[in-house]
Amino acid sequence: MMPDAIVLQTPLREQEVTALKIGDRVLLNGVLYTARDAAHKRLVELLENGQPLPFDLSGQVIYYVGPSPAQPGRPVGAAGPTTSYRMDAYAPTLIRHGLRGMIGKGARNEAVKEAMRRYKAVYFAAIGGAGALMARSILSAEVIAYPELGPEAVRRLEVKDFPVIVANDVHGGDLYEEGVRRYARTP
Amino acid sequence: MRSIHVDDIVRTVRDLAIRANTELGDDVLHAFEAALEKEESPTGRDILKRLIENAQIARAEKIPMCQDTGFAVVFVDMGQEVHIEGGSLREAVEEGIRQGYRDGYLRKSICHPFTRQNTGDNTPAIIHIDLQPGDHFHLTLAPKGGGSENMSRVTMLTPAVGIQGVKDFVVQRVKESGPNPCPPTIVGVGIGGTFEQAALLAKKALLRPLGSPNPDPELQALEADWLEAVNRLGIGPQGLGGRITSLAVHIRMMPCHIASLPVAVNIQCHAARHKEASL
Repeated sequence: MMPDAIVLQTPLREQEVTALKIGDRVLLNGVLYTARDAAHKRLVELLENGQPLPFDLSGQVIYYVGPSPAQPGRPVGAAGPTTSYRMDAYAPTLIRHGLRGMIGKGARNEAVKEAMRRYKAVYFAAIGGAGALMARSILSAEVIAYPELGPEAVRRLEVKDFPVIVANDVHGGDLYEEGVRRYARTP
Repeated sequence: MRSIHVDDIVRTVRDLAIRANTELGDDVLHAFEAALEKEESPTGRDILKRLIENAQIARAEKIPMCQDTGFAVVFVDMGQEVHIEGGSLREAVEEGIRQGYRDGYLRKSICHPFTRQNTGDNTPAIIHIDLQPGDHFHLTLAPKGGGSENMSRVTMLTPAVGIQGVKDFVVQRVKESGPNPCPPTIVGVGIGGTFEQAALLAKKALLRPLGSPNPDPELQALEADWLEAVNRLGIGPQGLGGRITSLAVHIRMMPCHIASLPVAVNIQCHAARHKEASL
């Protein structure tokens, strides 16, 4: 049996994030910000130049997604996660500036994991390729920066019970490593 | 001689683009159900159930199953007795892609390699034309997502490594891809030909319906053996650990140069989309 999901409200507090362990199922509520490759490059450039970001990072969660266009009457199209390693070059800088959570798919590098341990941030896995299902948890979507990037623009999403799994916790746990170790069969 | 008007091609490609992205094939759904029976990881089972639910929502609500609606790869199998009327075949296919991605609210994901400027309409398409005897005209549209394409590779092995060497390369590729290509995947393997032909064979291998046997009994046996090896890796659904890393290994093979052993692995995510139509 799967254990019950933990319900959390964003922005996330340090103690809430510290309590999470890899494998925990979490339902996120509140606001998520979207950003992927091109937006990350711009956000980090702003921070390096000491300029303000289009949104306050502290306690926030960034979702690595480029949704498909919304049909009339819907807030968003399909909206599943993109692969996270492409954001690894930028994530530690954002974490150092207060980012508390990231949602994506796939493993992170050592620099990101070290930043998560040090600054108490968490990495959630969403189900890649389940974009139609995940769109059901998104109540509204508003482009707040870089509209010229199209699917890569920064959006403010309001979500209700958005389903994710804790993949990396602040204690150094890595579900991608431990899960595979548990099920691997040596030849 | 049979005439086919470009307007019919535009309309067909448009509809294929929308259907491919919203209606997951029954073969893939059945493969999810079979995987659910075998998967031992609770997280893996939960993910497989959600993938089935996701496909049902996409089909019922006509929204894409995945936000990455892919690079449009189009295979045109046509008889040499067919005359294309009213314009260019390539332009007709691209216009169909343009209309399908616009009308179907599909994501436009194609950009300049350096500036990353989006082309805005998901063109160009990748078009493979195969001219054969006859007067048939068959279109297959396979939108290919970036995450799984990024994990694909072509290599030129030394002939001495033989079957074991090819198997090792395939299994290693799946292992190194880990969670990135959205497992459970389908592993397309192209063996032989030239550098570029091996890649095309691997891509075409992905079009074969899941659950259908390889027509070559030797390759059929290799597919079963390599699938078992891949599923011993423990990567599992979404790479979070489990028994089902891949739903199938599909191989296509052709003769190669006496000096070469080209091998391509084209990884396909679980959103294994392709739709076909004949005109």
